[in-house]
Amino acid sequence: MSTGHLLVIGAGQAGAQLVSSARELGWAGPITLVGHEPHAPYGRPPLSKAYLRGEVDAGGLALRSNAFYAEQRVELVVGDRVTHVDLAVGEAVAESGRRWTFDRLALATGAEPRRLDLEGSDLDGVVVLRDVADAAALTRRLSEVSDLVVIGGGFIGLEVAATAAATGVRATVVEAGQSLMNRVVSPDTAAVVEAEHRAAGIQVLTGTRPLRLHGDGAVRAVELEDGTELAADLVLVGIGARPRDDLARAAGLCCDGGVVVDELSLASDGRTVAVGDCANLPDPTPGAVPGRRLRLESVDNAIEQAKVAARTLTGDPRPYRSVPWFWSDQGALKLQTAGLAGADDDVVVRTGTRAGQHVALRYRGEQLVAVECVNAPADFLVVRKALATNRTLPRDVAADTGVSLKKLLR
Amino acid sequence: MTKGNTAVPKVFYTQPDGTERVVEAEAGDSVMQAAVRNGVPGILAQCGGSLSCATCHVFLDERHADDFPPVSEDEDDMLDVAATDREDNSRLSCQLVLTEGQEVHVAIPETQL
Ligand SMILES: Cc1cc2nc3c(=O)[nH]c(=O)nc-3n(C[C@H](O)[C@H](O)[C@H](O)COP(=O)(O)OP(=O)(O)OC[C@H]3O[C@@H](n4cnc5c(N)ncnc54)[C@H](O)[C@@H]3O)c2cc1C
Ligand code: FES
Repeated sequence: MSTGHLLVIGAGQAGAQLVSSARELGWAGPITLVGHEPHAPYGRPPLSKAYLRGEVDAGGLALRSNAFYAEQRVELVVGDRVTHVDLAVGEAVAESGRRWTFDRLALATGAEPRRLDLEGSDLDGVVVLRDVADAAALTRRLSEVSDLVVIGGGFIGLEVAATAAATGVRATVVEAGQSLMNRVVSPDTAAVVEAEHRAAGIQVLTGTRPLRLHGDGAVRAVELEDGTELAADLVLVGIGARPRDDLARAAGLCCDGGVVVDELSLASDGRTVAVGDCANLPDPTPGAVPGRRLRLESVDNAIEQAKVAARTLTGDPRPYRSVPWFWSDQGALKLQTAGLAGADDDVVVRTGTRAGQHVALRYRGEQLVAVECVNAPADFLVVRKALATNRTLPRDVAADTGVSLKKLLR
Repeated sequence: MTKGNTAVPKVFYTQPDGTERVVEAEAGDSVMQAAVRNGVPGILAQCGGSLSCATCHVFLDERHADDFPPVSEDEDDMLDVAATDREDNSRLSCQLVLTEGQEVHVAIPETQL
Protein backbone atom coordinates (compact mmCIF):
# COMPACT_ATOMS: atom_id res chain seq x y z
CA MET A 1 0.00 0.00 0.00
CA SER A 2 2.71 2.46 0.92
CA THR A 3 3.92 2.32 -2.66
CA GLY A 4 1.05 4.54 -3.83
CA HIS A 5 1.02 8.32 -4.13
CA LEU A 6 0.70 10.26 -0.89
CA LEU A 7 -0.62 13.80 -1.39
CA VAL A 8 -0.20 16.20 1.51
CA ILE A 9 -2.14 19.47 1.32
CA GLY A 10 -0.67 22.27 3.42
CA ALA A 11 3.08 22.84 3.64
CA GLY A 12 3.43 24.08 7.21
CA GLN A 13 4.78 22.62 10.44
CA ALA A 14 2.51 19.57 10.34
CA GLY A 15 2.85 18.94 6.59
CA ALA A 16 6.65 19.04 6.78
CA GLN A 17 6.68 16.61 9.69
CA LEU A 18 4.25 14.27 8.00
CA VAL A 19 6.31 13.89 4.83
CA SER A 20 9.53 13.44 6.84
CA SER A 21 8.02 10.83 9.14
CA ALA A 22 6.21 8.98 6.35
CA ARG A 23 9.52 8.51 4.53
CA GLU A 24 11.35 7.58 7.68
CA LEU A 25 8.70 4.96 8.46
CA GLY A 26 8.94 3.43 5.03
CA TRP A 27 6.44 5.06 2.70
CA ALA A 28 8.04 3.99 -0.58
CA GLY A 29 5.81 5.62 -3.19
CA PRO A 30 5.83 9.20 -4.46
CA ILE A 31 5.04 11.97 -1.99
CA THR A 32 3.79 15.40 -3.00
CA LEU A 33 3.55 18.31 -0.56
CA VAL A 34 1.49 21.28 -1.80
CA GLY A 35 1.47 24.65 -0.07
CA HIS A 36 -0.30 27.89 -0.81
CA GLU A 37 2.39 30.19 0.54
CA PRO A 38 5.33 30.96 -1.75
CA HIS A 39 7.77 29.38 0.75
CA ALA A 40 8.98 25.94 1.68
CA PRO A 41 7.65 24.94 5.13
CA TYR A 42 8.85 27.25 7.89
CA GLY A 43 8.36 27.69 11.61
CA ARG A 44 5.87 30.34 12.69
CA PRO A 45 6.91 30.90 16.33
CA PRO A 46 9.71 33.37 15.48
CA LEU A 47 7.25 35.52 13.48
CA SER A 48 6.03 37.20 16.66
CA LYS A 49 9.47 37.24 18.27
CA ALA A 50 12.94 37.01 16.70
CA TYR A 51 11.71 37.81 13.18
CA LEU A 52 9.96 40.99 14.38
CA ARG A 53 13.16 42.02 16.13
CA GLY A 54 15.09 41.50 12.90
CA GLU A 55 17.18 38.70 14.40
CA VAL A 56 16.21 36.15 11.76
CA ASP A 57 15.07 36.51 8.15
CA ALA A 58 12.60 34.44 6.15
CA GLY A 59 15.34 32.04 4.99
CA GLY A 60 16.33 31.36 8.58
CA LEU A 61 12.84 30.09 9.39
CA ALA A 62 12.96 27.08 7.04
CA LEU A 63 12.13 23.77 8.72
CA ARG A 64 14.01 21.63 6.18
CA SER A 65 16.61 22.38 3.53
CA ASN A 66 15.70 22.20 -0.16
CA ALA A 67 18.20 19.37 -0.48
CA PHE A 68 16.21 17.44 2.11
CA TYR A 69 13.08 17.33 -0.03
CA ALA A 70 15.12 16.22 -3.04
CA GLU A 71 16.95 13.51 -1.09
CA GLN A 72 13.72 12.27 0.44
CA ARG A 73 12.02 12.32 -2.97
CA VAL A 74 9.31 14.66 -1.81
CA GLU A 75 7.92 16.82 -4.54
CA LEU A 76 7.36 20.21 -2.95
CA VAL A 77 4.93 22.48 -4.77
CA VAL A 78 4.70 25.99 -3.33
CA GLY A 79 2.52 28.95 -4.25
CA ASP A 80 -0.45 26.87 -5.28
CA ARG A 81 -3.72 26.20 -3.49
CA VAL A 82 -5.74 23.03 -3.73
CA THR A 83 -9.32 24.06 -4.41
CA HIS A 84 -11.09 20.77 -4.87
CA VAL A 85 -10.70 17.20 -3.70
CA ASP A 86 -12.60 14.17 -4.94
CA LEU A 87 -12.14 11.41 -2.38
CA ALA A 88 -14.04 8.74 -4.32
CA VAL A 89 -11.88 9.14 -7.40
CA GLY A 90 -8.71 10.11 -5.52
CA GLU A 91 -8.07 13.36 -7.33
CA ALA A 92 -7.18 16.90 -6.27
CA VAL A 93 -7.24 20.07 -8.34
CA ALA A 94 -5.31 23.27 -7.65
CA GLU A 95 -5.85 26.93 -8.47
CA SER A 96 -3.19 26.74 -11.16
CA GLY A 97 -5.06 23.94 -12.90
CA ARG A 98 -2.57 21.31 -11.70
CA ARG A 99 -4.16 17.97 -10.93
CA TRP A 100 -2.96 15.05 -8.88
CA THR A 101 -4.32 11.59 -8.42
CA PHE A 102 -3.58 10.12 -5.02
CA ASP A 103 -3.82 6.87 -3.11
CA ARG A 104 -3.76 8.49 0.30
CA LEU A 105 -4.54 12.07 1.21
CA ALA A 106 -3.34 14.12 4.19
CA LEU A 107 -4.80 17.46 5.18
CA ALA A 108 -2.47 19.83 7.01
CA THR A 109 -4.13 23.10 6.07
CA GLY A 110 -3.66 24.89 9.40
CA ALA A 111 -5.75 27.75 10.68
CA GLU A 112 -6.31 31.39 9.86
CA PRO A 113 -6.68 34.37 12.17
CA ARG A 114 -10.17 35.40 13.16
CA ARG A 115 -10.95 38.94 12.05
CA LEU A 116 -12.70 41.66 14.00
CA ASP A 117 -16.24 42.27 12.93
CA LEU A 118 -16.60 45.88 14.06
CA GLU A 119 -17.09 49.26 12.50
CA GLY A 120 -13.70 50.39 11.26
CA SER A 121 -12.03 47.00 11.25
CA ASP A 122 -11.22 47.35 7.54
CA LEU A 123 -9.21 50.55 8.11
CA ASP A 124 -5.59 50.59 7.01
CA GLY A 125 -3.33 49.64 9.92
CA VAL A 126 -5.64 46.98 11.32
CA VAL A 127 -3.67 43.78 10.89
CA VAL A 128 -3.37 40.12 11.85
CA LEU A 129 -0.30 37.89 12.18
CA ARG A 130 -0.17 34.39 10.79
CA ASP A 131 2.40 34.12 8.03
CA VAL A 132 5.68 35.55 6.88
CA ALA A 133 3.96 38.11 4.66
CA ASP A 134 1.98 39.40 7.66
CA ALA A 135 5.16 39.49 9.74
CA ALA A 136 7.09 41.40 7.08
CA ALA A 137 4.31 44.00 6.89
CA LEU A 138 4.06 44.20 10.67
CA THR A 139 7.82 44.67 11.05
CA ARG A 140 7.72 47.57 8.61
CA ARG A 141 4.74 49.18 10.30
CA LEU A 142 6.20 48.79 13.78
CA SER A 143 9.19 50.86 12.74
CA GLU A 144 6.85 53.68 11.70
CA VAL A 145 4.18 53.84 14.41
CA SER A 146 4.01 55.16 17.94
CA ASP A 147 0.83 53.62 19.36
CA LEU A 148 0.04 49.93 19.05
CA VAL A 149 -3.22 48.52 20.33
CA VAL A 150 -3.43 44.75 20.54
CA ILE A 151 -6.94 43.36 20.60
CA GLY A 152 -6.89 40.06 22.49
CA GLY A 153 -4.67 39.08 25.40
CA GLY A 154 -3.55 35.75 23.98
CA PHE A 155 -0.05 34.46 23.26
CA ILE A 156 0.52 36.05 19.89
CA GLY A 157 -0.82 39.46 20.92
CA LEU A 158 1.28 39.50 24.08
CA GLU A 159 4.41 38.42 22.22
CA VAL A 160 3.99 41.21 19.71
CA ALA A 161 3.17 43.77 22.41
CA ALA A 162 6.33 42.81 24.30
CA THR A 163 8.47 43.00 21.18
CA ALA A 164 6.98 46.37 20.22
CA ALA A 165 7.33 47.84 23.70
CA ALA A 166 11.00 46.88 23.73
CA THR A 167 11.55 49.04 20.65
CA GLY A 168 9.86 52.06 22.19
CA VAL A 169 6.36 51.72 20.72
CA ARG A 170 3.59 52.48 23.25
CA ALA A 171 1.65 49.24 23.50
CA THR A 172 -1.79 48.58 24.95
CA VAL A 173 -3.41 45.15 25.22
CA VAL A 174 -7.19 44.91 25.39
CA GLU A 175 -8.56 41.62 26.73
CA ALA A 176 -12.26 40.88 27.09
CA GLY A 177 -11.77 38.25 29.81
CA GLN A 178 -10.88 38.98 33.40
CA SER A 179 -7.29 37.80 32.96
CA LEU A 180 -4.77 37.38 30.14
CA MET A 181 -4.64 34.07 28.27
CA ASN A 182 -7.66 33.07 30.29
CA ARG A 183 -8.48 29.89 28.43
CA VAL A 184 -5.05 28.41 28.90
CA VAL A 185 -3.41 29.43 32.15
CA SER A 186 -4.58 29.92 35.72
CA PRO A 187 -5.36 33.43 36.98
CA ASP A 188 -2.28 33.12 39.22
CA THR A 189 0.05 32.66 36.27
CA ALA A 190 -1.79 35.29 34.25
CA ALA A 191 -1.23 37.78 37.08
CA VAL A 192 2.52 37.11 37.07
CA VAL A 193 2.64 37.62 33.31
CA GLU A 194 0.52 40.76 33.49
CA ALA A 195 2.72 42.30 36.17
CA GLU A 196 5.78 41.64 34.05
CA HIS A 197 4.23 43.29 31.00
CA ARG A 198 3.14 46.31 33.02
CA ALA A 199 6.64 46.64 34.39
CA ALA A 200 7.89 46.69 30.80
CA GLY A 201 5.60 49.63 30.10
CA ILE A 202 2.71 47.84 28.43
CA GLN A 203 -0.77 49.02 29.34
CA VAL A 204 -3.00 46.02 30.03
CA LEU A 205 -6.78 46.44 30.06
CA THR A 206 -8.80 43.37 31.02
CA GLY A 207 -12.56 42.88 31.19
CA THR A 208 -13.24 45.27 28.35
CA ARG A 209 -13.70 45.05 24.59
CA PRO A 210 -13.49 47.30 21.60
CA LEU A 211 -16.70 48.85 20.30
CA ARG A 212 -15.50 50.47 17.10
CA LEU A 213 -12.35 51.70 15.40
CA HIS A 214 -11.96 55.28 14.29
CA GLY A 215 -9.93 56.67 11.45
CA ASP A 216 -10.01 58.23 8.09
CA GLY A 217 -8.53 55.69 5.70
CA ALA A 218 -5.97 54.76 8.32
CA VAL A 219 -6.84 53.75 11.87
CA ARG A 220 -6.46 56.52 14.45
CA ALA A 221 -8.14 55.24 17.62
CA VAL A 222 -9.89 52.31 19.23
CA GLU A 223 -13.07 53.06 21.15
CA LEU A 224 -13.82 50.66 23.97
CA GLU A 225 -17.22 49.62 25.28
CA ASP A 226 -16.76 51.77 28.37
CA GLY A 227 -16.21 54.82 26.17
CA THR A 228 -12.44 55.00 26.57
CA GLU A 229 -10.64 56.03 23.39
CA LEU A 230 -7.18 54.62 22.84
CA ALA A 231 -4.90 56.36 20.35
CA ALA A 232 -3.74 53.81 17.79
CA ASP A 233 -1.83 54.05 14.54
CA LEU A 234 -1.53 50.26 14.46
CA VAL A 235 -4.01 47.66 15.65
CA LEU A 236 -3.08 44.00 15.87
CA VAL A 237 -6.06 41.69 16.06
CA GLY A 238 -5.11 38.57 18.01
CA ILE A 239 -8.41 36.97 18.87
CA GLY A 240 -7.70 33.40 17.93
CA ALA A 241 -7.78 31.33 14.80
CA ARG A 242 -10.31 29.43 12.78
CA PRO A 243 -9.36 26.01 11.40
CA ARG A 244 -9.11 25.80 7.62
CA ASP A 245 -11.50 22.90 7.15
CA ASP A 246 -13.43 24.18 4.11
CA LEU A 247 -11.71 21.86 1.66
CA ALA A 248 -12.43 18.87 3.87
CA ARG A 249 -16.05 19.87 4.36
CA ALA A 250 -16.57 20.31 0.62
CA ALA A 251 -15.04 16.87 0.10
CA GLY A 252 -17.72 15.40 2.37
CA LEU A 253 -15.59 14.81 5.46
CA CYS A 254 -17.17 15.39 8.85
CA CYS A 255 -16.07 18.77 10.23
CA ASP A 256 -16.97 20.45 13.50
CA GLY A 257 -14.72 23.43 14.07
CA GLY A 258 -11.89 21.49 12.42
CA VAL A 259 -11.63 18.23 10.51
CA VAL A 260 -12.94 15.57 12.86
CA VAL A 261 -10.33 12.81 13.31
CA ASP A 262 -9.94 9.82 15.57
CA GLU A 263 -6.95 8.94 17.75
CA LEU A 264 -5.14 7.56 14.69
CA SER A 265 -5.66 10.91 12.92
CA LEU A 266 -8.15 9.34 10.51
CA ALA A 267 -10.99 11.52 9.23
CA SER A 268 -14.59 10.33 8.90
CA ASP A 269 -13.94 8.40 5.67
CA GLY A 270 -11.48 6.18 7.54
CA ARG A 271 -8.72 6.84 4.97
CA THR A 272 -7.86 10.53 4.84
CA VAL A 273 -5.67 11.81 7.66
CA ALA A 274 -5.78 15.35 9.05
CA VAL A 275 -3.15 16.86 11.33
CA GLY A 276 -2.14 20.06 13.09
CA ASP A 277 -4.16 23.23 13.59
CA CYS A 278 -6.90 22.12 11.16
CA ALA A 279 -7.84 18.99 13.12
CA ASN A 280 -10.51 18.44 15.75
CA LEU A 281 -9.12 15.52 17.74
CA PRO A 282 -9.73 13.41 20.82
CA ASP A 283 -7.79 14.75 23.81
CA PRO A 284 -4.47 12.85 23.55
CA THR A 285 -3.56 13.32 27.21
CA PRO A 286 -3.07 9.97 28.99
CA GLY A 287 -6.07 9.48 31.26
CA ALA A 288 -8.16 12.16 29.54
CA VAL A 289 -11.94 12.19 29.92
CA PRO A 290 -13.17 9.75 27.23
CA GLY A 291 -14.95 11.49 24.38
CA ARG A 292 -13.42 14.89 25.09
CA ARG A 293 -12.48 16.58 21.81
CA LEU A 294 -10.48 19.71 21.13
CA ARG A 295 -8.23 21.54 18.73
CA LEU A 296 -4.60 22.13 19.61
CA GLU A 297 -2.71 24.99 18.05
CA SER A 298 0.90 24.30 18.86
CA VAL A 299 4.15 23.18 17.33
CA ASP A 300 4.10 20.20 19.69
CA ASN A 301 0.77 18.96 18.38
CA ALA A 302 1.66 19.65 14.74
CA ILE A 303 4.71 17.43 15.14
CA GLU A 304 3.31 14.68 17.34
CA GLN A 305 0.01 14.30 15.51
CA ALA A 306 1.84 14.21 12.18
CA LYS A 307 3.93 11.34 13.51
CA VAL A 308 0.77 9.50 14.52
CA ALA A 309 -0.68 10.03 11.04
CA ALA A 310 2.54 8.82 9.41
CA ARG A 311 2.30 5.56 11.39
CA THR A 312 -1.32 5.18 10.37
CA LEU A 313 -0.42 5.67 6.71
CA THR A 314 2.51 3.27 6.79
CA GLY A 315 0.52 0.47 8.37
CA ASP A 316 1.74 0.63 11.98
CA PRO A 317 -1.10 2.57 13.61
CA ARG A 318 -0.72 3.66 17.25
CA PRO A 319 -3.20 5.89 19.06
CA TYR A 320 -2.10 9.44 19.83
CA ARG A 321 -1.10 9.59 23.51
CA SER A 322 0.88 12.58 24.57
CA VAL A 323 0.90 15.40 27.11
CA PRO A 324 0.27 18.54 25.06
CA TRP A 325 2.73 21.31 25.75
CA PHE A 326 3.33 24.85 24.62
CA TRP A 327 5.75 27.70 25.03
CA SER A 328 5.47 31.42 24.49
CA ASP A 329 8.38 33.85 24.71
CA GLN A 330 7.06 37.27 25.62
CA GLY A 331 9.88 39.73 25.86
CA ALA A 332 12.03 38.64 28.82
CA LEU A 333 9.40 36.19 29.90
CA LYS A 334 9.39 32.52 28.97
CA LEU A 335 6.03 30.93 29.56
CA GLN A 336 5.65 27.16 29.22
CA THR A 337 2.70 24.90 29.87
CA ALA A 338 2.27 21.14 29.81
CA GLY A 339 -0.97 19.25 30.25
CA LEU A 340 -4.46 20.64 29.83
CA ALA A 341 -5.97 22.08 32.98
CA GLY A 342 -9.60 23.08 33.26
CA ALA A 343 -10.83 26.23 34.98
CA ASP A 344 -11.94 24.08 37.94
CA ASP A 345 -8.57 22.49 38.54
CA ASP A 346 -6.72 23.69 41.63
CA VAL A 347 -3.55 25.71 41.58
CA VAL A 348 -0.53 25.08 43.80
CA VAL A 349 1.99 27.87 43.29
CA ARG A 350 5.67 27.35 43.91
CA THR A 351 8.34 29.95 43.54
CA GLY A 352 11.34 28.87 41.57
CA THR A 353 14.91 28.80 42.70
CA ARG A 354 15.72 32.10 41.04
CA ALA A 355 14.09 35.52 41.17
CA GLY A 356 11.38 35.97 38.56
CA GLN A 357 10.55 32.30 38.37
CA HIS A 358 7.00 31.07 38.86
CA VAL A 359 5.72 27.51 38.80
CA ALA A 360 2.02 26.71 39.10
CA LEU A 361 1.07 23.05 39.44
CA ARG A 362 -2.51 22.22 38.53
CA TYR A 363 -4.36 19.50 40.42
CA ARG A 364 -7.61 17.66 39.78
CA GLY A 365 -8.31 16.26 43.22
CA GLU A 366 -5.03 14.59 44.16
CA GLN A 367 -3.91 14.11 40.57
CA LEU A 368 -1.30 16.40 39.05
CA VAL A 369 -2.68 17.33 35.61
CA ALA A 370 -0.73 20.30 34.31
CA VAL A 371 2.03 22.79 34.96
CA GLU A 372 2.56 26.44 34.08
CA CYS A 373 6.05 27.88 34.32
CA VAL A 374 7.47 31.35 33.92
CA ASN A 375 11.22 31.55 33.39
CA ALA A 376 11.67 28.09 34.87
CA PRO A 377 12.50 25.85 31.89
CA ALA A 378 14.19 23.14 33.96
CA ASP A 379 11.27 22.78 36.39
CA PHE A 380 9.04 22.70 33.34
CA LEU A 381 10.93 19.78 31.82
CA VAL A 382 10.88 17.84 35.08
CA VAL A 383 7.12 18.17 35.55
CA ARG A 384 6.39 17.56 31.87
CA LYS A 385 8.27 14.28 32.12
CA ALA A 386 6.40 13.34 35.28
CA LEU A 387 3.10 13.99 33.52
CA ALA A 388 4.18 11.96 30.51
CA THR A 389 5.17 9.01 32.68
CA ASN A 390 2.03 9.34 34.80
CA ARG A 391 3.79 10.14 38.03
CA THR A 392 2.14 12.43 40.49
CA LEU A 393 3.28 14.46 43.44
CA PRO A 394 1.24 14.80 46.62
CA ARG A 395 -0.06 18.34 46.86
CA ASP A 396 1.36 19.07 50.29
CA VAL A 397 4.78 17.89 49.18
CA ALA A 398 4.54 20.00 46.03
CA ALA A 399 3.73 23.08 48.03
CA ASP A 400 6.99 22.81 49.97
CA THR A 401 9.21 25.07 47.91
CA GLY A 402 12.21 24.17 50.04
CA VAL A 403 12.72 21.00 48.01
CA SER A 404 13.47 21.24 44.30
CA LEU A 405 11.08 19.65 41.81
CA LYS A 406 14.01 17.85 40.29
CA LYS A 407 14.63 16.08 43.61
CA LEU A 408 10.95 15.38 44.12
CA LEU A 409 10.28 13.94 40.70
CA ARG A 410 13.43 12.30 39.47
CA MET B 1 31.61 23.54 -1.46
CA THR B 2 32.80 27.10 -1.12
CA LYS B 3 31.09 30.42 -1.37
CA GLY B 4 33.45 33.03 -2.70
CA ASN B 5 36.63 32.28 -0.82
CA THR B 6 35.18 31.23 2.48
CA ALA B 7 34.08 27.71 3.19
CA VAL B 8 30.60 27.00 4.50
CA PRO B 9 30.47 25.61 8.04
CA LYS B 10 30.51 21.83 8.33
CA VAL B 11 29.08 19.80 11.14
CA PHE B 12 30.11 16.19 11.82
CA TYR B 13 27.41 14.30 13.71
CA THR B 14 28.28 11.00 15.37
CA GLN B 15 25.37 8.76 16.28
CA PRO B 16 25.36 6.60 19.41
CA ASP B 17 26.16 3.58 17.16
CA GLY B 18 29.28 5.32 15.89
CA THR B 19 28.10 6.24 12.40
CA GLU B 20 29.05 9.71 11.29
CA ARG B 21 27.33 12.13 8.96
CA VAL B 22 28.68 15.42 7.68
CA VAL B 23 26.36 18.28 6.89
CA GLU B 24 27.23 21.47 5.08
CA ALA B 25 25.44 24.24 6.89
CA GLU B 26 25.15 27.97 6.49
CA ALA B 27 26.75 30.59 8.64
CA GLY B 28 24.15 31.76 11.14
CA ASP B 29 22.49 28.35 11.38
CA SER B 30 22.76 26.52 14.65
CA VAL B 31 24.13 22.99 14.98
CA MET B 32 20.52 22.01 15.75
CA GLN B 33 19.11 23.63 12.60
CA ALA B 34 21.73 22.07 10.37
CA ALA B 35 20.75 18.64 11.71
CA VAL B 36 16.99 19.05 11.55
CA ARG B 37 16.95 20.67 8.13
CA ASN B 38 19.00 17.86 6.68
CA GLY B 39 17.28 14.96 8.38
CA VAL B 40 20.05 13.96 10.78
CA PRO B 41 18.27 11.74 13.30
CA GLY B 42 18.59 12.03 17.05
CA ILE B 43 18.18 15.78 17.46
CA LEU B 44 14.48 16.32 18.03
CA ALA B 45 14.47 20.06 18.72
CA GLN B 46 10.81 20.11 19.65
CA CYS B 47 10.84 23.84 20.29
CA GLY B 48 12.70 24.80 17.14
CA GLY B 49 15.51 26.47 19.02
CA SER B 50 13.78 28.65 21.58
CA LEU B 51 15.50 27.05 24.57
CA SER B 52 12.30 25.43 25.78
CA CYS B 53 12.65 21.68 25.27
CA ALA B 54 16.20 20.33 25.83
CA THR B 55 15.65 17.76 23.06
CA CYS B 56 18.62 19.08 21.07
CA HIS B 57 21.26 17.85 23.55
CA VAL B 58 24.70 17.04 22.07
CA PHE B 59 28.20 16.33 23.31
CA LEU B 60 30.48 18.94 21.83
CA ASP B 61 33.96 17.74 20.94
CA GLU B 62 36.33 19.16 23.56
CA ARG B 63 38.47 20.88 20.95
CA HIS B 64 35.57 23.25 20.15
CA ALA B 65 34.80 24.08 23.76
CA ASP B 66 35.95 27.67 23.42
CA ASP B 67 34.53 28.29 19.95
CA PHE B 68 31.05 29.04 21.24
CA PRO B 69 29.57 31.34 23.86
CA PRO B 70 29.48 29.71 27.29
CA VAL B 71 26.46 27.89 28.67
CA SER B 72 23.79 30.32 29.88
CA GLU B 73 21.98 29.92 33.17
CA ASP B 74 18.83 28.50 31.53
CA GLU B 75 20.81 26.15 29.32
CA ASP B 76 22.73 25.01 32.38
CA ASP B 77 19.54 24.27 34.34
CA MET B 78 18.02 22.46 31.38
CA LEU B 79 21.10 20.30 30.76
CA ASP B 80 20.80 19.17 34.38
CA VAL B 81 17.48 17.57 33.57
CA ALA B 82 18.19 16.39 30.00
CA ALA B 83 16.98 12.88 29.16
CA THR B 84 20.52 11.55 28.68
CA ASP B 85 22.79 12.35 31.61
CA ARG B 86 24.81 15.46 31.26
CA GLU B 87 28.56 15.36 30.76
CA ASP B 88 31.16 18.12 30.94
CA ASN B 89 30.89 18.76 27.21
CA SER B 90 27.08 18.72 27.04
CA ARG B 91 25.41 21.55 25.13
CA LEU B 92 22.00 22.33 23.72
CA SER B 93 22.78 22.43 20.02
CA CYS B 94 20.28 25.21 19.26
CA GLN B 95 22.63 27.49 21.18
CA LEU B 96 25.63 26.65 18.99
CA VAL B 97 25.50 29.12 16.12
CA LEU B 98 27.88 28.40 13.26
CA THR B 99 30.22 30.86 11.62
CA GLU B 100 31.82 30.90 8.18
CA GLY B 101 34.39 28.16 7.68
CA GLN B 102 33.83 26.51 11.04
CA GLU B 103 34.08 22.72 11.38
CA VAL B 104 32.35 21.25 14.38
CA HIS B 105 32.19 17.70 15.72
CA VAL B 106 29.34 16.66 17.96
CA ALA B 107 28.08 13.36 19.31
CA ILE B 108 24.38 12.64 19.64
CA PRO B 109 23.15 11.12 22.92
CA GLU B 110 21.15 7.88 23.30
CA THR B 111 17.87 9.61 23.89
CA GLN B 112 16.35 13.08 23.97
CA LEU B 113 13.09 12.21 25.73
C1 LIG C 1 2.81 34.28 15.07
C2 LIG C 1 2.69 32.89 15.60
C3 LIG C 1 3.47 32.50 16.70
C4 LIG C 1 3.37 31.21 17.22
N1 LIG C 1 4.15 30.87 18.28
C5 LIG C 1 4.09 29.62 18.79
C6 LIG C 1 4.92 29.23 19.88
O1 LIG C 1 5.70 30.02 20.42
N2 LIG C 1 4.84 27.94 20.32
C7 LIG C 1 3.99 27.03 19.75
O2 LIG C 1 3.96 25.87 20.18
N3 LIG C 1 3.19 27.38 18.72
C8 LIG C 1 3.22 28.65 18.23
N4 LIG C 1 2.41 28.99 17.18
C9 LIG C 1 1.46 28.00 16.64
C10 LIG C 1 2.10 27.10 15.60
O3 LIG C 1 2.89 27.84 14.73
C11 LIG C 1 1.02 26.37 14.84
O4 LIG C 1 0.29 25.57 15.74
C12 LIG C 1 1.58 25.50 13.71
O5 LIG C 1 2.16 26.30 12.73
C13 LIG C 1 0.49 24.64 13.10
O6 LIG C 1 1.00 23.94 12.00
P1 LIG C 1 0.08 23.46 10.80
O7 LIG C 1 0.99 22.82 9.84
O8 LIG C 1 -1.09 22.75 11.33
O9 LIG C 1 -0.50 24.80 10.18
P2 LIG C 1 0.25 25.97 9.42
O10 LIG C 1 1.63 26.12 9.94
O11 LIG C 1 -0.67 27.12 9.46
O12 LIG C 1 0.39 25.48 7.92
C14 LIG C 1 -0.69 25.27 7.07
C15 LIG C 1 -0.28 25.62 5.67
O13 LIG C 1 -1.21 25.09 4.77
C16 LIG C 1 -1.40 25.99 3.72
N5 LIG C 1 -2.70 25.71 3.09
C17 LIG C 1 -3.93 25.86 3.66
N6 LIG C 1 -4.88 25.48 2.79
C18 LIG C 1 -4.26 25.08 1.66
C19 LIG C 1 -4.73 24.59 0.40
N7 LIG C 1 -6.02 24.41 0.16
N8 LIG C 1 -3.81 24.28 -0.54
C20 LIG C 1 -2.48 24.45 -0.28
N9 LIG C 1 -1.98 24.92 0.89
C21 LIG C 1 -2.87 25.23 1.85
C22 LIG C 1 -1.32 27.34 4.37
O14 LIG C 1 -1.02 28.35 3.44
C23 LIG C 1 -0.21 27.11 5.41
O15 LIG C 1 1.04 27.46 4.88
C24 LIG C 1 2.48 30.29 16.64
C25 LIG C 1 1.69 30.66 15.54
C26 LIG C 1 1.79 31.95 15.02
C27 LIG C 1 0.94 32.34 13.85
S1 FES D 1 15.67 23.08 20.27
FE1 FES D 1 14.51 23.22 22.09
S2 FES D 1 16.01 23.71 23.54
FE2 FES D 1 17.16 23.52 21.73
